[in-house]
Amino acid sequence: MEKLPYEKPYIKKLQAGALNKFGSRTGVQPVKSIDGVSVKSLIENYGSPVFVLSEKQIRKNYRAAYRAFSTRYPKVQFAWSYKTNYLNAVCQIFHQEGSWAEVVSGFEYRKALGNGVPGNKIIFNGPGKSLNDLQLAIEHDSLIHIDHFDELNLLLTLSKNMANKPRVAIRINMDTGVYPLWDRFGFNYENGEAWSAVTKITGSGSLQLVGLHCHIGTYMLSADAYGIAANKLAELAVRCQTELNHKIEYLDLGGGFPSTNTLKGAYLPGNDTVPTVDDFAEVITSALLNFGFANDDLPLLILESGRVLIDDAGYLLGTVIANKRLANGKSAVIVDFGVNILFTSFWYEHQVSPANDFAAHTENTVIYGPLCMNIDVIRESINLPLLNPGDQVVVHKVGAYNMTQWMQFITLRPAVVLIDEKLRTHLIRKNETLEYTAEPELVPAHLNNNK
Amino acid sequence: MKLKSNIATSENGFIFNPATGDSFSGNGMAAKLLEAMKSGKTEDDIKQDILSRYEVSESQLNRDWDNWMLQLKEANLLEI
Repeated sequence: MEKLPYEKPYIKKLQAGALNKFGSRTGVQPVKSIDGVSVKSLIENYGSPVFVLSEKQIRKNYRAAYRAFSTRYPKVQFAWSYKTNYLNAVCQIFHQEGSWAEVVSGFEYRKALGNGVPGNKIIFNGPGKSLNDLQLAIEHDSLIHIDHFDELNLLLTLSKNMANKPRVAIRINMDTGVYPLWDRFGFNYENGEAWSAVTKITGSGSLQLVGLHCHIGTYMLSADAYGIAANKLAELAVRCQTELNHKIEYLDLGGGFPSTNTLKGAYLPGNDTVPTVDDFAEVITSALLNFGFANDDLPLLILESGRVLIDDAGYLLGTVIANKRLANGKSAVIVDFGVNILFTSFWYEHQVSPANDFAAHTENTVIYGPLCMNIDVIRESINLPLLNPGDQVVVHKVGAYNMTQWMQFITLRPAVVLIDEKLRTHLIRKNETLEYTAEPELVPAHLNNNK
Repeated sequence: MKLKSNIATSENGFIFNPATGDSFSGNGMAAKLLEAMKSGKTEDDIKQDILSRYEVSESQLNRDWDNWMLQLKEANLLEI
């Protein structure tokens, strides 16, 4: 006799009271494949956990964002924010699409050079450039975005006897109506600090001030703030022209556009609350087009978007290790990936989907990682079907920051796989091994028992 | 592991505790187990019956049984 299908026994307390006006559907759907490649085969071939990136989605995101700006404004350039995801394969996709590189350290700068980006297409941001970094950037004719007066003074010293003047911009912080105000990077607009930096550079004769830059925040939920920022940068550029007879070639509005992840504590999901790239493009380009630049004399508009271009192209696949019930009766699941590789679980309520078919019942569950640390919580509360050890799960929208901010802690960092446009899979970063982590370590002779 | 005697259950998994006013809904397997427990069968008999009729390993069933007991206890449905 054929046996009946089994499911775990489960009861759920019925609550009296008003019904949820959004209905009772949990929204949980199995996600069995990514871009047509089955989750099962990805885990079989590359291990669990494993990060998976979709090249198709990355290119689609880039093209949509570029189109949103380029259909509204004639001169647009994107620069890929290396810190968001600087795996070489990822950077090369953006460079193939026409992106420059935006870097914030000597390490990232050298990475961009290694990826074959011409020096004059590297934007060097950040508050921590060393003397060597600056010399390298000057040699390669990169765009150096100055963060503070000490950096400016250092550049003035370095450029004193040079035939070619280094090309620089200043980073400007400002009040855009969004709080907290980011005033730790760059020169302040309102108190005149930015203008004194401008006059100091143009008056020096040894640096070329080619651009103005701002980066007003991260995960910005208000498009209007970018309109204010664009207006203030444009005002400064026009003032340079009229008072100093100096033309500013580009305005760089930085990054900060949000992905559709749901922020912790948000009442509604990210999909419903986040402005689209078109919203940002409309506000920024309208501000610039209406500012009063001559039509043939518009400054180049540079954008340094990271998160919005890659977050939804990244997935983390993992496996259930165990189920347990907490002291208060709440269901808990332990999975094989922790917060050390999913850093963004501190900010987002990541969507987690089972990779298999499941019974209709769902239960409010907490998802723990495998680390022996109390903070290792992937989701504090999520409705999930009853999962068994060995079941596979998919975490969505993890493409931004996880593959750069992850750390080797207690467990090793997993492999990263890219699915290309022809649905072929490529290993783009190997999983770490014990040997890899031991390689830089040295044991003094008197402590070495393995002679 | 004895279910409280005043607990009312229905064959499709509805559970009502008249002492507290709490009600619960359970899935198909929960309904089966409740029915068996109410009829006075022992834990071993219930497990044997499930193993013979359903596609489940003994180790999985044992794990789920422990979990099931925790759920009933938390729901205040077991005799103390």
